[in-house]
Amino acid sequence: MRMAALFTLKRVLNAPAVAVSLYAVIVAAIAWASYTGAQQMGYNWQWYQVPGYIYTFTDDGFQAGEILTGLWATILLSLTCFLLATLLGLGVALLRLSGLIVGRAVAIGYLEFVRNIPLLVLLYLFYYVLGPIFGFDRWAAAVLTLSVYHSALISEIFRAGINSVAVGQWEAAASIGMSRAQAYRYIILPQSVRFMLPPLTGEIVNLIKSSAIVSVIAVAELTTVGRNIISDTYMSFEIWFTVAAVYLALTLVLSFGVSALERRFATET
Amino acid sequence: MVQTPIIIAEGVGKYFGDFKALTDVDLIVNQGERVVICGPSGSGKSTLIRCFNGLENHDTGRLCVDGMELREDAPGMRQLRQDVGMVFQQFNLFPHLTILENLIIGPMKVRKQSRAAAEATARKYLERVRIPEQADKRPAQLSGGQQQRVAIARALCMQPRVMLFDEPTSALDPEMIGEVLDVMVELAETGMTMVVVTHEMGFARKVADTMVFMEAGRIVEVSPPETFFTAPKSQRARVFLDQILEH
Repeated sequence: MRMAALFTLKRVLNAPAVAVSLYAVIVAAIAWASYTGAQQMGYNWQWYQVPGYIYTFTDDGFQAGEILTGLWATILLSLTCFLLATLLGLGVALLRLSGLIVGRAVAIGYLEFVRNIPLLVLLYLFYYVLGPIFGFDRWAAAVLTLSVYHSALISEIFRAGINSVAVGQWEAAASIGMSRAQAYRYIILPQSVRFMLPPLTGEIVNLIKSSAIVSVIAVAELTTVGRNIISDTYMSFEIWFTVAAVYLALTLVLSFGVSALERRFATET
Repeated sequence: MVQTPIIIAEGVGKYFGDFKALTDVDLIVNQGERVVICGPSGSGKSTLIRCFNGLENHDTGRLCVDGMELREDAPGMRQLRQDVGMVFQQFNLFPHLTILENLIIGPMKVRKQSRAAAEATARKYLERVRIPEQADKRPAQLSGGQQQRVAIARALCMQPRVMLFDEPTSALDPEMIGEVLDVMVELAETGMTMVVVTHEMGFARKVADTMVFMEAGRIVEVSPPETFFTAPKSQRARVFLDQILEH
């Protein structure tokens, strides 16, 4: 009896009309709470000022505002780091699976070192310690920190993906005389992509979000730009809401794009 | 007829941890000979045949294939595997490649043939295993019997000097076993050297020059099929044959 009642409740809640209205009610409640809260502390809302920080139209045409410029820097930073982290991660994964005792030890050492330090401390290490020693600037420190940090996580994704390919595939490749490198390139890696895509998407979304941390060394990306605008205008509520929305839009677009890609890979094999 | 040995095993032993999978195996396979290895499961048949192309490394004794002594990580191992074809129980086709690509990837990437030459050879062998029309499909679109015939063609495309078959029909539905065995019989008629691990005694009777019976990691009996099937020398082989021929 009880199970049946629960089942009916679930069905009612999942009906599109009910689900959408419930969602709207919850969002409205949050908006109302923050609005009245801000009202009570005498906050002066200035939403009308926000679009000017995103873009303006002048006689010269479209002008990107500070937030768009910051977004572009975030995208550029994330893309660069993702590419570097992927290459580094692949290297670490291959080293770990190489069957060489030294290779395995180096890979595990790297992985455990990077994974078990807070990202913020790693950033300080690169910026305040390695930066002056090797003479690189804040942008390079930011890129290196994020690449190294995420390469450790990505190498685990690669390792899992490579291990998901059946042992028989290695044997078949070996039986036609392929070297280990050829087997990886032509047989194993193309098949592991399917297993790696979903977690890799998760990782690039994580990377975009953790890229905000480089604002502590004043790299001019989205979060830094937001902080700068606020120190000029004191519009903390509007700007942080906007910055959050921009991050959200970026990561959502990415997730949908990749799930389309996944569907294509799934039908191909 | 002059006999040229192509596989020579002398006192070969193999351990998996503490388990002794092969004990003191002596066997000679001559050029053009068809050897069928049978025996109860767990008797070391597959392990032995996998040692012949270095997929498993033997721990003791001496193993020479095609004039080369096999050792773990010996420099010639890759060259050797190009000349020794292998067909697996689970087919092990490359699922992300089309049938034609499965056949040409070895000749192109390993033997460095041109695509045109590799394709010509591939189509010839697809013809021979009777599935030329499936060239552009992917393995998952084929039946088990068709997949195993593709696997045979893939091995043949490397122009091997010996073909090893590791229970090639054990993973197949009964109605598909015949089509794979037919291809293997035809291959035997071309004079290919074959070492086949199988329970298909009808096939063995038809093509084998030599029957090898294994139990518990040892070779118990080596005899020509006419002796083996009518009057096996060992008691164990007799019991085994009674069991599998009963049905």
